[in-house]
Amino acid sequence: MKIRIAHGRLIDPANRVDAQRDLYIADGRVAAVGDAPEGFVADREIDATGLVVCPGLVDIAARLREPGFEYRATLESEMEAAMAGGVTSVAIPPDTDPVLDEPGLVEMLRYRAKRLNRAHIYPVGALTVGLGGERLSEMAELTDAGCVAFSQANTPVVDTKVLLHAMEYAATFDFPVWLQPMAPFLSRGGIAHDGEVAARLGLTGIPTAAETIGLYTHIELARLAGCRLHVTRLSSAEGLKMIKWARKEGVDITCDVSINQLHLCDMDIGYFNPHCRLLPPLRSQRDRDALQRGLVEGDINALCSNHTPVDDDAKQCPFSEAEPGATGLELLLPLTLKWAEQCSVPLVDALARVTSDAARIIGSQRGGHLSVDARADVCIFDPEGETLVKRETLRSQGKNTPFLGLCLPGRVRTTIVEGQIMYSEAQ
Amino acid sequence: MPIELPNAETLLARLVDQIRPDVSERTALVGIHTGGAWLAERLHRLLGVKAPLGTIDVSFYRDDYGSRGLHPRPQRSGIPFDVESADIIIVDDVLYTGRTTRAALNELFDYGRPGRVDLAVLCDRHGRELPIGARYCAYTLPQALPASRSLRLSRDATGTLSLRLIDA
Amino acid sequence: MRNPQLNRHGELQHLLSLDGLPLSILGAILDIAAPFTEVAEREIKKLPLLRGKSVFNLFFENSTRTRTTFEIAAKRLSADVINLNVSTSSTKKGETLLDTVDNLCAMQADMFVVRHESSGAPYLIADHLHATGRDDIHVVNAGDGRHAHPTQGLLDMYTIRHFKKEFHNLIVVVVGDVLHSRVARSQLAALTTLGVPEVRVVGPRTLLPTDVERMGVRVCHDMREGLRGADVVMMLRLQNERMNGALLPSPQEYFKVWGLTPEKLALAKPDAIVMHPGPMNRGVEIDSTVADGGQAVILPQVTFGIAVRMAVMSMLAGN
Repeated sequence: MKIRIAHGRLIDPANRVDAQRDLYIADGRVAAVGDAPEGFVADREIDATGLVVCPGLVDIAARLREPGFEYRATLESEMEAAMAGGVTSVAIPPDTDPVLDEPGLVEMLRYRAKRLNRAHIYPVGALTVGLGGERLSEMAELTDAGCVAFSQANTPVVDTKVLLHAMEYAATFDFPVWLQPMAPFLSRGGIAHDGEVAARLGLTGIPTAAETIGLYTHIELARLAGCRLHVTRLSSAEGLKMIKWARKEGVDITCDVSINQLHLCDMDIGYFNPHCRLLPPLRSQRDRDALQRGLVEGDINALCSNHTPVDDDAKQCPFSEAEPGATGLELLLPLTLKWAEQCSVPLVDALARVTSDAARIIGSQRGGHLSVDARADVCIFDPEGETLVKRETLRSQGKNTPFLGLCLPGRVRTTIVEGQIMYSEAQ
Repeated sequence: MPIELPNAETLLARLVDQIRPDVSERTALVGIHTGGAWLAERLHRLLGVKAPLGTIDVSFYRDDYGSRGLHPRPQRSGIPFDVESADIIIVDDVLYTGRTTRAALNELFDYGRPGRVDLAVLCDRHGRELPIGARYCAYTLPQALPASRSLRLSRDATGTLSLRLIDA
Repeated sequence: MRNPQLNRHGELQHLLSLDGLPLSILGAILDIAAPFTEVAEREIKKLPLLRGKSVFNLFFENSTRTRTTFEIAAKRLSADVINLNVSTSSTKKGETLLDTVDNLCAMQADMFVVRHESSGAPYLIADHLHATGRDDIHVVNAGDGRHAHPTQGLLDMYTIRHFKKEFHNLIVVVVGDVLHSRVARSQLAALTTLGVPEVRVVGPRTLLPTDVERMGVRVCHDMREGLRGADVVMMLRLQNERMNGALLPSPQEYFKVWGLTPEKLALAKPDAIVMHPGPMNRGVEIDSTVADGGQAVILPQVTFGIAVRMAVMSMLAGN
C-alpha cells in the first residue's frame, strides 16, 4: 500500500524538520519526504491540511497487563488505546504475573503482540528473578528473546550487593539498567508525598529522601559497575538536581518523567481522590515545576505515560488501599501538548521527548523518526482539536486517571503503523 | 385593611385576672420560648406562684423538623420543679395551629406525669389544626389572619410587651 | 472543588472533617449541643427528632467506646440503631466497602456512622452516595485512620467553651503522638478555625508530622516550655504498639519526658483544664494524680460527647 500524506505540517524532531511537507509511504517504510519519488502513485491519499504529521509516539513505560492481569486489561484493549493515542512503540515494564524473567514469556508476549499487529512492543526484562532482588535473571537469554533493558519496575532491590552484581553483569553485555529510585525502608508503607498534604490528610508519607537516597545508591553503584543507568519516573526537584550532578561527574545516565508527575502535585489529591494514588507519589508544586523545567531543558530525556490500568474494584477503595497507577496511553500526546503550551516549548522540541529521545532510550533505530527508509510509524493529530477525558471515550480498559473530566489540547486523527492505517477517527 | 392590635400590657393584666382564682400550692408555670417565656416570667411574679418558673424550647419536638430542619439556635429547656402531679399552666404568646402546644405537651411529659395541664395565651389568631383550646385567653382576633402574616410578641429595653404583625 | 461535606445550599450534609468546615457551621453545632446536655437530666431521656430513622453504626475497626456514645446519642434522638462490626464479617468474604454500603442503602438507611482504619474512607462513601443519587443519606465520620475524628474534636471544643467561655484569649497545648492521631488533627483544625491565638504541640520529633507548623501551630519539644502559661492542656493517647521500638525507646522514658505530672502541670495557669480523649494510659502519658485531680475535665468530656453527637445527628437529619 502506498500512502501520500499531503498538505500537513511535518514535524520530525530527529531530523529537526518542522515545515509543510508531504510524506510518502511505501512498503511499510518512509519512501520520501517533500517531493514524490519517481513514479509514485498513491493508493491512498490523506489530506492533512491544518494537521501535524509526526513520528508515531514512543512510550517507554506502558503496562499492557498481560500476562496475569487480564481482568484489568488485555493486550487487545490496550493496543487499541495505544492506536487511539498515536502511540506506535511501547516499552513494557516487567511487573506482569508471572514477571518477565523468562525468555519464553517474553517470546510469547512478542508473538501475541505481533499477531495483533498494532504497536511495536519492547519488553523490559526483570533484573532479578521474580523481581525478588536476590538472583540475577538470564539477561543474555532475555535479550535474545527481545528485551531491550532490565528493570525492577516498582520493586527496589534491598540488598545493594546484589544490585551491584546485577549492574556489573548487565554492564558485561552493555545492557542498560532501568531503575526507579526508591529507598526501600524509607518508602515502606508510604502512601503520599511526605509533606503538608499528607500531614493534614493523615496519610503515611514517602519522603523525598527516599528518592534521593535511592538515586544516589544507583548512581554510585552504576559508576562502580560501569553500567548504563536509566532512571525511571523521576518525582522530585532534589532528584533532578542529583541527576545533573551525576552527569557532571561523568556518569552515563538518562532519566524520564511520567505525565502524572509532570502535571500534578500532592494538592491534587484533594479529598482523597484515589486516582491520585500513584507511584512514585505526586510531590509538591515546587517539585512539579522543577520537573517541567527539567523536561524543557532536556535534563529529563523523555516523557512517558506510565500507563497502568487498574480495575474499579481496586481503585474504588479508601485512598491508602487503592492500588497505585493511572491509565495514560491516550493522554500522552495531549499532555505533551499541554506541557508545551504551558512552558512555551516549540512543538518540535516537545515532540522529541515522546518520539526520537524516547526511542534512543529503548535503543530503537527504526522508530521515533521519519527519515527516508525508516519504519513508517506515523501519528497525525489536530493541534487545535481537543481530547475530552471521559470514562466512555477511553479505549483502555482502565478508566482510572486523575485527568478524568478534563479537556486537553490536541486530538489524534490517524495512526499509521509500518505503513498501515491502524486508527482513523471518523470526521 | 389595617388590623388594630390591642395593647399587650392590658391583655397581660386581663390574663392575670383570669388565672388568679385557680392558682394553688400545686400551680406551676412553663413558658414556651421566646414570647411565652417573657409572659410566664411576668405572670409568675404577678401571680406569686411558689414553684420556680419553667421554660421550654420546642425545637426538638416540632413536627415540621422533617421538612424545615433544626431551628438554628435552640434554647435550653429548664423545668426546675417536680413535674410529677403538678398543676401546670403552659404559657404562650399566640395560639395558632396548636402544633407548638402539642410539641410542648410532648416535651413536658418526658419530664414526668403532671396532675393537670392548662394553656394560657395572650392572643388567639384562629387557624387551629389540632383539637387544642386555651383555658385562659386574653384576646381573640375578630377574624383569622392570612397564613402569610405572623403575629409576634416583642419586648423592648424597659421590658414592656407589645404585639406586632410581621409579613412572613 | 466541591466540598463534600456541604450540600448545594451550603448546609452540613455529612460530617467528615473539621478541617475545611466553615466557622459558622462549627459554631452552630456547639450552640445546638448546649440544649441537648439538659436531656440527660430528664426522666425520659429521649427526643423525637430522629423517630423512624435508621442509623447504621458501620464500624470497620472495633471501638466499643465510640460506638456506644454514638448509639446512646442516636437512641436519645429516638432513632433505630443498627450496629455492624464489618471487620469481622463481610470484608473477609471479599465484599468491598461500597458493596456493604449499597446493601445497607437497600435496607433504607438514613445515616451511616463510619469508623475505618484507612484515612479518607468516609469520603469514599459520601462520594459514592452522591454519585449514585442518594444525597438524602448522611455520613458521620467516627474516626478514619489518622485523618479525622470530628465529633471528638467538637466535644473537645464544647468542653473548652464550657469551662473557658471564649476561644480568642487562650493558649492551648496538645501533647503527645500527633503523628498517628486523628483526634489531634481534628482538634488542631477546630482550634485554628475558632480563632485560638496560640496553639502549641508538644512531643518528640518522631511523633509529630512533617510540616506540622503549616497547620498553624507552634512546635515545642520541651514539655515545660510548652506548658508554660497554658489555659488548656489536651493530652493524646499513646498507642501500645508505639511505646517500644523505632519511634520511642520505652514508656518509662516517655513518661519521664512527656508525661503530665502535677509538677509539670504547675507551669500552666492555675485554672488550666486537663483533657484526654480516653482511654488513658496512666503512668505513660498522664499521672494518676492529674487524671483524678481537680483540673481534669475528662469525665465532663464524655458527657458532653453525647450532646455534641446528638447535635450533629439532628442537624444532619434536618438538612
